[in-house]
Amino acid sequence: MEIFDKVEDIKREVMNTLENQSLTYEQQTYRLAKIAENIMDYPVSKDDLFYEMYNEGKICDLDEGHAPYAPRYILPDYEKLLREGSEFLRLTPAKNLKQAINSLLIFYHHVPSITRFPVYIGSLDTLLEPFIDEVNDDVIEEIKLFLIQLDRTINDSFCHANIGPYETKVGNIILDIIDELQNVTPNMTLLYDSEITPDTFAEKAIKASLNTANPAFANLSYYKKDFNEVPFGIASCYNALPTTGGAFTLSRIRLNKIADDSKGIDDFINGELPKVVDTLVHFMESKIDFLVNKTSFFKSSFLIREGFVKIENFVGLFGVVGLHECIEILSAKEGKTFVLGTDKEAEELGIKIMDKVEELVNKFTSKYSPVWNSKFMLHAQVGAANDKGTTAGTRIQIGKEPDLYQHIRTAARLQQYFPSGTGDHFPFESTAEKNPKAILDIFKGAFKLNMRYISCYKEDGDLIRVTGYLVKKSDLEKFNRGEQVSYDTVQYAQDPLNDYGILERKVQNV
Amino acid sequence: MCKTATINKIIPMSLVDGPGNRTAIFFQGCNFNCSYCHNPETIKKCINCGECVSHCPVGALKMIDGKVLWDENKCIDCDTCIKVCPHGSTPKTYEYTVDDLMEKIEENIPFIEGITTSGGECTLNFEFLEKLFIKVKSLGLTSLVDTNGFISLKSPMMEGLVKAADGFMLDIKSMNEEEHINLTGRPNKTVIENAVYLASIGKLQEIRTVLIEGNKNRETVENITKLLQPYPNITYKLISYRPFGVREEFLQLKSIEKKQKEELKEIAIMNGIKVIDC
Repeated sequence: MEIFDKVEDIKREVMNTLENQSLTYEQQTYRLAKIAENIMDYPVSKDDLFYEMYNEGKICDLDEGHAPYAPRYILPDYEKLLREGSEFLRLTPAKNLKQAINSLLIFYHHVPSITRFPVYIGSLDTLLEPFIDEVNDDVIEEIKLFLIQLDRTINDSFCHANIGPYETKVGNIILDIIDELQNVTPNMTLLYDSEITPDTFAEKAIKASLNTANPAFANLSYYKKDFNEVPFGIASCYNALPTTGGAFTLSRIRLNKIADDSKGIDDFINGELPKVVDTLVHFMESKIDFLVNKTSFFKSSFLIREGFVKIENFVGLFGVVGLHECIEILSAKEGKTFVLGTDKEAEELGIKIMDKVEELVNKFTSKYSPVWNSKFMLHAQVGAANDKGTTAGTRIQIGKEPDLYQHIRTAARLQQYFPSGTGDHFPFESTAEKNPKAILDIFKGAFKLNMRYISCYKEDGDLIRVTGYLVKKSDLEKFNRGEQVSYDTVQYAQDPLNDYGILERKVQNV
Repeated sequence: MCKTATINKIIPMSLVDGPGNRTAIFFQGCNFNCSYCHNPETIKKCINCGECVSHCPVGALKMIDGKVLWDENKCIDCDTCIKVCPHGSTPKTYEYTVDDLMEKIEENIPFIEGITTSGGECTLNFEFLEKLFIKVKSLGLTSLVDTNGFISLKSPMMEGLVKAADGFMLDIKSMNEEEHINLTGRPNKTVIENAVYLASIGKLQEIRTVLIEGNKNRETVENITKLLQPYPNITYKLISYRPFGVREEFLQLKSIEKKQKEELKEIAIMNGIKVIDC
């Protein structure tokens, strides 16, 4: 929590930013804006329980900023853009591939988010396929340049593109060229449905992901059960959200910190947890109140005015981290040593905890989000700074991973709670490249067990999936040495890779 | 018939024993004695002499009723038992019935598309395999056999196994008879007959040759690919020799140069066989 008591403090922080040689100009500008925002008060009064719980680490607002003036995640209706153009941006309906790409690139520039870059750039294959009759060198070159432009100007790998479930010309072109490009942006998801997606196409995606950590696989038919008729996309790390909408905000609870203060399982479930959840949902609602009622976004942004997003399609995201440690702490308080992934009892306790979290979050009715029945969506948050000792979402702690099948069985059961996103990522030995069908078999098995989201990358590749987003190991080495790197995400990857052991994930021997 | 089979190892997830993700099952006992065998302890069956028992540093081996019993949970995989075995075998095996083995396989559903039986030489347990494969098929899984091809698969006793298996992966150690005997201790006539037979009934999934410097590699690759030219969809794994797990007396063996391997690949491809470089 960044609190400035004196003007001198603000000046010092501004000066620090101006002097910082490892930040690019853009990154400095963004930081200066954040300092200005954080001069403002928090959206809850100074005597709110929020502050105490924040200091104890039970609640974390992800340092979104004290006074949000745009939604955290925005998923605009890009089909509408290509179909109708935009009055504000003086764009006419796209008639060919060049115009479609041009319109998209212009539009992306005007889509805000928590990172200042668009976190969702649409289903690229669905968007571009209508403009391609035949695949030739020109078409491939245009898509390649489009992807390069995205990587070099959207300097943040929370930017997410979707492909699938159908095999398309555009999907094939993208999968064919991403190995050569080795880009961190965009993060990509294949919306996979074994009934629709051909095996050959899925295998190509697996092969690409071993080499580039892209795309991850989302279990489309399972997500469809949650969303019913609501159109949705995968944004940011792996967040499933309504399109023509998005998420107002994301805050989270650290289950392990709440467990620390509990006397035992019963006190946790019936005493501590309800208090913390109640405090956080009210904090989130206050934040959304501020964003919707005080700031200009939902009143004057062209995105609203022209119908690219609608306020009713925005949700609040209630994040969860630290289940693994929570289970260890609570079982220790009962004189046991249950480990998630290894002991059945640990998994059952995890289910019990998540059932309660779900029940408590659903008890709260928001003034917003008719798209989600006015409830906050549960989200398995991936982790942030100060998360040492707290495992992301409901994942099994790195270093405690069981064999892959057991890992997936446990992960799949715990992923069920998170319609707005969760995921597990697995590094494989490089030999797996020779048999992508095998990994597809494993993914199909995982989806049969109702896993929502899974990805792979090869152990000795440069590109890896950190918690949800991508980073190049070589870029992190540069950044560690104090050199500039063009994209922001490398800053967030510093702790996970240097301190949280992401590079120590169990490699799947083949 | 023998109701059980001796199993050396079960690998629940294998990406290198045939197409897709498979559970690989390694049977104990082999009718070849290849100089470059990567797991020579799988060749001979344990004769329960008990020599290893006292050498185990963690007490994972016990002699009960004249039999050496191995406790997998105590074992730390130091392989002292294998090193001291005067017989070149291993006590680290289990006897499985078909039903016991099925239970092990079923644990890996829904992640696998099938099983691959290997060894040792798994076809020595042909009746066991036939029963196993029929049960495996009833679960919607496929069964592949990794074999040295020494037992004639055309013989009537093997008919049930060939029918029940979805495909075979066959080692072509050498097409030169004398070299084959030198390498394995056995002639190659049946191996070659089996290759052609399996190919002709569409059940030859893959052939492989381990490439060792000084061997008649060219003759082997050229002759087998010519022989299999009429049959589609066979892959040829050309494997560079690596000394892992090989007995000390054969450690001087070397793989061939990269350039030579490229030439061999070309020969195979020219004869219309798909090559996987390993």
